[in-house]
Amino acid sequence: MNTLLNKKKEPIDKLAGASAGGRSLAAEAIRRMARSPVAIVGAVITALFVLLAIFAPLLAPKDPFARTMQDKVELGRGIIPGPMPGYPLGVDDFGRDFLSRLLVGAQQTLLVGVVATLIGVAIGMIIGVLAGAFGGWVDTVLMRFVDVLLSVPSLLLAISVAALFANPNQWTVIIAVSIVSVPIFARLLRGAMLAQRDADHVLAATSLGVKRHTVVLRHMLPNSVGPVIVQATLTLATSIIEAAALSFLGLGDPDPSRAEWGLMLGNAAQHFLDIRPELAYYPAIAIIIVALGFTLLGESMREALDPKNRR
Amino acid sequence: MALLEVRDLRVVFQRRGEQGFAAVDGVSFDVEPGQTVGLVGESGCGKSVTSLAIMRLLAKRGNKVSGSVSFEGSDLLKLSDREMRDRRGRDLGMVFQDPLSSLNPVIPIGLQITEVLERHRDMPRKKARIEATELLDKVGIPDPSRRLTEYPHQLSGGMRQRALIAIALACRPRLLIADEPTTALDVTIQAQILALLKDLVQDTGTALIMITHDLGVVAGLCDEVNVLYGGKIVERQERHSLFAEPRHPYTHGLLASIPRLDAGRGEKLVPIRGSVSDNIPWEDGCAFAPRCPNAVAACRESAPELVPERGGLLRCYNPVLPVVAAREGTR
Amino acid sequence: MLRFIVRRLLQAIPTLLILSILIFAWLRALPGGPAGALLGDKATPAKIADLNHVLGLDQPIFVQYFKFLGRVLTGDFGNSLSSTQPVLQEILDFMPATIELSISALIIAVGLGIPLGYLAARFRGGVLDNVTIILTLVGVAVPVFFLGYLLQNNLAAPLGLPSQGRLSTGLDATNITGFAVLDGIMTQEWDAVWDALRHLVLPAFTLATIPLAVITRITRASVLDVLNEDFIRTAKSKGLGEQTIRGRHVLRNALLPVATTIGLQTGLLLGGAVLTERVFNFRGLGYLLAEGIERKDFPRLQALILLGALVYVLVNMLVDVSYGLIDPRVRVR
Repeated sequence: MNTLLNKKKEPIDKLAGASAGGRSLAAEAIRRMARSPVAIVGAVITALFVLLAIFAPLLAPKDPFARTMQDKVELGRGIIPGPMPGYPLGVDDFGRDFLSRLLVGAQQTLLVGVVATLIGVAIGMIIGVLAGAFGGWVDTVLMRFVDVLLSVPSLLLAISVAALFANPNQWTVIIAVSIVSVPIFARLLRGAMLAQRDADHVLAATSLGVKRHTVVLRHMLPNSVGPVIVQATLTLATSIIEAAALSFLGLGDPDPSRAEWGLMLGNAAQHFLDIRPELAYYPAIAIIIVALGFTLLGESMREALDPKNRR
Repeated sequence: MALLEVRDLRVVFQRRGEQGFAAVDGVSFDVEPGQTVGLVGESGCGKSVTSLAIMRLLAKRGNKVSGSVSFEGSDLLKLSDREMRDRRGRDLGMVFQDPLSSLNPVIPIGLQITEVLERHRDMPRKKARIEATELLDKVGIPDPSRRLTEYPHQLSGGMRQRALIAIALACRPRLLIADEPTTALDVTIQAQILALLKDLVQDTGTALIMITHDLGVVAGLCDEVNVLYGGKIVERQERHSLFAEPRHPYTHGLLASIPRLDAGRGEKLVPIRGSVSDNIPWEDGCAFAPRCPNAVAACRESAPELVPERGGLLRCYNPVLPVVAAREGTR
Repeated sequence: MLRFIVRRLLQAIPTLLILSILIFAWLRALPGGPAGALLGDKATPAKIADLNHVLGLDQPIFVQYFKFLGRVLTGDFGNSLSSTQPVLQEILDFMPATIELSISALIIAVGLGIPLGYLAARFRGGVLDNVTIILTLVGVAVPVFFLGYLLQNNLAAPLGLPSQGRLSTGLDATNITGFAVLDGIMTQEWDAVWDALRHLVLPAFTLATIPLAVITRITRASVLDVLNEDFIRTAKSKGLGEQTIRGRHVLRNALLPVATTIGLQTGLLLGGAVLTERVFNFRGLGYLLAEGIERKDFPRLQALILLGALVYVLVNMLVDVSYGLIDPRVRVR
């Protein structure tokens, strides 16, 4: 009898996660990804981006906020200086070193993506887990709410949320973008909960007398982590792009000194394409590469975690 | 000349960077017109792959097929894609294991039959419909004209399999290959389908290759039986001789492992020990040796060849001999 | 079948109702309060008080909501702050442009996407397949408005295409329905038709990018799945011709999930149209929305967002219903 009680404490989900060969799902997935060129490319890009974001201030040759070359900029005559000594990529419309701004921009961009995704995951998870674990009217009410959020096209939803704030800034953009991803994660978690409600390891835990909240937290959640990570990676990519779109529409941070790729892109695309298109192209390319990187990583993770691919 | 002559058929699966795996390793057999030949073996012994190779339904890449498959004189393996397409359905028909997944779920049953008729016998749609109704009737489907417009998911498992048989036989092929046609069905339905097959091939004089792991199926249906193991034929016998005196230890083991109604309650079941993963490569000896109760030293040195035996063939250094002979002492 | 449609319609109603509640709440949460938001710059305490009364802000919330619902259902969205015209009228005026643009984008996305996806799957691993995969991945990574500017700046001139607007100024085109292409055909003013089409090219391709990428990818995945199915093996064992197998067996099954995707993407087009029309100054609903954002024209925004959601819900419903029509497995029950 004692051994039974002891066993209760062990995460029974470890069994659920193990493949027939005895390796955990995560290890096998990583192994599979290591063999996929797509995964490697995605992982490398993502890693480089994160490193850049962390070390950008050290790498940037000049102060990205210092308008040192402002006197050389004459917007009225359509002049924004290009590459020159000390300024390998030239300057932007305020005379700031473009290269430095690009590098430091990685920080803000990553921030936007990560925070927006985290908020979306957090709120979405709470809703989804509650709905899936409790079922009944809780489920119905929550899911109706989620359905309604999903019934508005994502950009329009983001616009509505952003418009609620009298003073748009970086955080309003982040919140607006995160609200868009909340229903996605809610649905995802709810689905994972529902799928596991009748799973053997859950039934076993419940029949052993484990309390419901422990069952949910210890046995059901860990098995849902996979799809959440996959979706989070993809959401990171789309969040950055959506934030850029919001900035472009004027719902973003009106402060021109902040270095964030989406902001820089929107601003330059609207005003300086015929003067210095590079001011728009480079941030755009940066966004595209990073979005691609995360998407590749996410998609290859999804492939790797797909049980159908098990040998 | 036999209807079908398979000679030294070899199918090697090759994955990038891995060693080739011979799923079918030098299989040869004949099928005479109107004859029913069985291919028996466990999963993984190569019987399905053999049939797919004969029909040239294996994927274009990832495998290499060698040997010859002579059907009415011409080597099917050497035909062009177009020529083979003409043969399939018209001269050779095939029935697969899972009737639900083997039928197109979004078009009616009738269309799945008439399209074969239209393709090979150039029938106009109306005439094909009538013929299809008759075919469904022949395979024992009640109310056939109504069934024509129904979809696969509206039919029961047994009826679907009957429909598949109707499709395969629509153009009266000379050879029908049935790959585990009853494995996915209920036991009672199994008997019906097998009886149906038997009647049909007798009526039409179609030759039948019956692929199965179930010896019961073989007993009721096949004239001649090939037992496969590890991609090779290890015993071939006429039906009665095989069941009366199985010589190969594997065949013997298969028969002995069937639970018997008249066994006492205390008697244990007799499985073949080990599994297919215990096999050794044929280059190193007899693949079955690790699991064989009759294994001798020679079995681990080289692979035995197929030698004539009681009118059939046997691949074994130390076969199971009937009790009488054993008592006389053989080595 | 009819019961199926009715049931779906009924299921959509609660969603729309809750949506209206949310928009009602949203309106009240806007900066300036509902009256302030609706009056914008012209807000004076007196006007606000008046509007408050009209809106029933002195009355219980339920009454307010029902008044709001009543206004929505009769199409009374108030007047636009930017143009002082009734918002409903504005929407009706600008709608045909967006519909034309959306249809064009859909034609491109579906017309290119499905064949491309099929060919990529059919010749899996080949050059076309690899290129297609890369394109579909890049397609969703490119910000739409950037692509718009890119095309506008770099392709318009070389290809001799207009870079802005819907119709060239100075062109005397008769306006009947508001659909430029249709009107031109109806009045046989072929120069107008040609002009309208030329103006559609770049915006339509910009708007089509994401749907094209998604449709191609889903088609490819779906065809690959179907090609592995047992019934394709059966079809081959029957000796059927390439075209029969492709049309009747592969595509008819593979296109089911693609149809759903097309529906989904259609619903999302309004979002993309906001960005595209803004870049190209293409005066449709998206342009209206973008301008509304800039000018904080909340009456307009409220109406357009509601419209966007309504369209999305209806399109999804249509997709559901059509699934019942094309997939016999769903139909029978």
